Amino acid sequence: MSQKHKIEVALWGGLKPFADGNDKVEVEAATTGQMLAAVIKKHPALEDHIEAGVSVAVNGRVIASSLTEPIPEGAEVVIIPQLKGG
Amino acid sequence: MAFDEAKKDFNLIGTRPARPDGIDKVTGRAQFGADKAAPGQLHAAILRSPHAHARIKSIDTSAAEKAKGVKGIVTRADFATGLKGEMWNKLENVMAGEKALYDGHAIAAVAATSALAAKDALKLIKVDFEVLDHVTNVDESMKDGAPVIREGAAGPSTPEGMHPNVVGFYSSGHGDVDAGFADADLVIEDTFTTEATHQGYIEPHACLAQMGKDGKGEVWCCTQGHFNVAKVCGHLLGTEASQIRVTASEIGGGFGGKTEVFIEPVALALAKKTNRPVKLVMSRSEVFRASGPTASASMDIKIGMKKDGTMTAGRGVFRLQGGAFPGAPGTFTAMCAFAPYALENVSQEAYDVMTNRPKQAAYRAPGSPMAAFAVESVVDELCNQLGLDPIEVRLKNASREGSKASFGINWPRIGLVECLEAAKAHPHYSTAIPENGGRGVSCGFWFNHGGETAVSLALAEDGTVSLSVGTPDIGGSRASMCMMAAEELGIKYDDIRTTIADTATLGYNEISHGSRVTYASGLATIEAARDTIKKLCKRAAAKWGIDEDAVYWEDGFAKPSGPNAGEFEPMSLAKIASKMGATGGPIVGHYEATPEGAGVSFAVHIVDAEVDKETGSTSVGRYTVIQDAGKAIHPSYVEGQFQGGAAQGIGWALNEEYIYGEDGRLQNAGFLDYRIPVASDLPMIDTVIVEVPNPGHPYGVRGVGETSICPPLAAIANAVSNAAGVRMKSLPMSPPRILKALDEA
Amino acid sequence: MIHVTTTINGDETEFVCDPRETLLDVLRDRLSLTGAKEGCGTGDCGACSVTVDGTVVCSCLVLGAEAEGKEIGTVEGIATGEDLHPIQQKFLDHAALQCGICTPGILVATKALLEKHPDPTETQVRYWLAGNLCRCTGYDKIIRAVMDAAKDMRSAA
Ligand code: FES
Ligand code: FES
Repeated sequence: MSQKHKIEVALWGGLKPFADGNDKVEVEAATTGQMLAAVIKKHPALEDHIEAGVSVAVNGRVIASSLTEPIPEGAEVVIIPQLKGG
Repeated sequence: MAFDEAKKDFNLIGTRPARPDGIDKVTGRAQFGADKAAPGQLHAAILRSPHAHARIKSIDTSAAEKAKGVKGIVTRADFATGLKGEMWNKLENVMAGEKALYDGHAIAAVAATSALAAKDALKLIKVDFEVLDHVTNVDESMKDGAPVIREGAAGPSTPEGMHPNVVGFYSSGHGDVDAGFADADLVIEDTFTTEATHQGYIEPHACLAQMGKDGKGEVWCCTQGHFNVAKVCGHLLGTEASQIRVTASEIGGGFGGKTEVFIEPVALALAKKTNRPVKLVMSRSEVFRASGPTASASMDIKIGMKKDGTMTAGRGVFRLQGGAFPGAPGTFTAMCAFAPYALENVSQEAYDVMTNRPKQAAYRAPGSPMAAFAVESVVDELCNQLGLDPIEVRLKNASREGSKASFGINWPRIGLVECLEAAKAHPHYSTAIPENGGRGVSCGFWFNHGGETAVSLALAEDGTVSLSVGTPDIGGSRASMCMMAAEELGIKYDDIRTTIADTATLGYNEISHGSRVTYASGLATIEAARDTIKKLCKRAAAKWGIDEDAVYWEDGFAKPSGPNAGEFEPMSLAKIASKMGATGGPIVGHYEATPEGAGVSFAVHIVDAEVDKETGSTSVGRYTVIQDAGKAIHPSYVEGQFQGGAAQGIGWALNEEYIYGEDGRLQNAGFLDYRIPVASDLPMIDTVIVEVPNPGHPYGVRGVGETSICPPLAAIANAVSNAAGVRMKSLPMSPPRILKALDEA
Repeated sequence: MIHVTTTINGDETEFVCDPRETLLDVLRDRLSLTGAKEGCGTGDCGACSVTVDGTVVCSCLVLGAEAEGKEIGTVEGIATGEDLHPIQQKFLDHAALQCGICTPGILVATKALLEKHPDPTETQVRYWLAGNLCRCTGYDKIIRAVMDAAKDMRSAA
């Protein structure tokens, strides 16, 4: 497992009230799972939303559910609602 | 697993072999959900609420129990207690608890020695209902004073102070939309509505269930996800998924609607009670009243544009009605709405609203088609008023690799520009628009999905291969799986047999949804084949007495490489397989993972339509679908997905709708009154397969099944509006609606 | 219960049925001929199409008892032994089925069409099949398969 590093995580607008009004959260992590855990630690009010299911886009690639995907340094990371389909 | 840049010359990929299940399906041998029988089976029927909203004060089954042939009756009391969250919602939908929440909601079920006896017995069940006020319209349901479907159903994101029927909220965006609108030369703002439609699969839900006293259950059913059926049944019956083995039958259409579970837990509960196999088949009217229609929508859109066609800002508010449970796909509606456009200023918000209607279910790209209808209608109107070409404007503003999507990500490699260029170059676009006709263009977008996937690939001694996958084949996927396995292994297509394994035979597989099968099970098949090849090479290396790294696989043969090249006669798969028992035992390759590289897919549709201004009826003239498939494994089935999605979209745009009476009951629960397109309604549907490889799949595959239904609502609305000379803002554009719009213009 | 003697796909067949049972119920539940499908039970989808004395009918609208003395044709009788009928082969060649639930009814209807009208126009095919719903394909490949089968059958005749 690679070293944790600084990641700037973008949230969707609807989550702002649960992140003390921020739409960006800075955390230290190396994987999607670590990143989500760190985001919750920083803003506990986000836990319900994240537990209800989110996906994570890393450099535009949407990771639907995996918590083990590596996040490279300098990657653009966005939390989006969990995706599924018909 | 990343796209394999080197892999260019395929032997089989891109060809059109006959599907492996084809002969069974043209001779009537294929077994669908209702085609299986078990010795001693009972037949079941479900009693359904005649009310849109009613408290169930009591249920008296005593007379029915005594009726001829009746062997058992179940009500909510026969299911698990103490469920929470999603599973509680599922149980509540499968069998009503304290209240009937919609016309058609299941109240009780009977198992009897014949289907007729079961139906007769339903009439003897006495239910004491206290009828309550109901609401079936999304905008009404949000208003103060609207009947409350259920207190406390709202999710964590719902803003405070909203009506309890509003259970979900999503918002996102970037930039400054007001500044963007101020920058525009023309701003158009309007409200659009779409009605609920049904997926309309021709095969009703059907299952055959058994459950012995040992608590082990067996289910045979038509479903898009048999592993999910096991999971839901396990919860609803108070046991574990592992105790219920589910086998997926051939499936007669699903389109998202068969991702839900409705009757299997009921059949199992009856089987448990009677200790007999129970067969349960929905009637068509039950399918309409109680299985998944789509959400309906009410949407406000505002877009600004400069004279040169640059879009300066977009705003959307989407209210989706999802029936009596949370889960309407408003979030996806909002995310898809402006996805085709690289907007500097964009904002979108969505509300998930409950009403007294059946729980909405996914229908191909859930939430996206209505968004496209609303947004693309406004884009078309802007083009008309500014005198701009609709494809040029879309090209000018198109999302492309690196541009920021409306929902916040930066796009990876996507194929929208390629689709628009192909549309512009297509002969359809340069032919004259028919007199009295109109032309419509629209983009459409869907995400696609990967999901949990396991496959297993076993060699037989004769050199043929048995491939087990866990994703029900809803549109010819066994053919693609055989092709991908044969391509990798270098053997004949006919030498592979692909089976949909039951839930006790293979690791967990997510539902066949999200256009994931050719992508995820396909990727898994390729990986399992590569795993098998490693094992084959090892056997050859052992035989030759050389290092296994010095053996490579080419066109179905293990060959020595490097210093040993040419030293040994290449060994075929069949040859190695014939001796495998004595050289180390069975050879089986496998793959289990959650592939996370599904590539999104864009499409562009062009349609010509004529409107008869006397009668208000529309005829669809020429129709062209252009869509990015990443890589088409079996082009015929890719085209089939394009055409099928377009046809369903045509139905949604022109005819199909759930019609509710004042009494809150569904008025058109049959194919006569809910009219889906028939052969004589449609033209040939031209297709263009664009291939912009998905970086997340070894061959570049993107899912194709869902995006095809995203553009047609808008494309047809634009064609009809241009033909009629009046903007159509409500679907379906049935003759009365068109006449009304003409009248008001 | 009613006792019925009939001919199905050329074989003499006997069964008993409830007076309320449809021919479709009898075929599927009593005779295990599950090729004909029930999509609606009300005559609106054509998935249950069979021929009775050569005429295409919705078997969900015919009573089992009405089969007495008739010649019934179902999808199971279209191929000759191992050999597929040209329309079956063309449906495979053209990928004219996705899920295949509509296919039995459409094949029965198509066979009857081509026996009556060996050289139909596209419009005739579309109207002939207008009672057979297909939700998967958009009909494009079905129509092409039928036209192509008609062409081959004419040149073989
Ligand atoms: S089942 Fe007979 S027409 Fe539909
Ligand atoms: S192929 Fe599925 S309904 Fe026709």
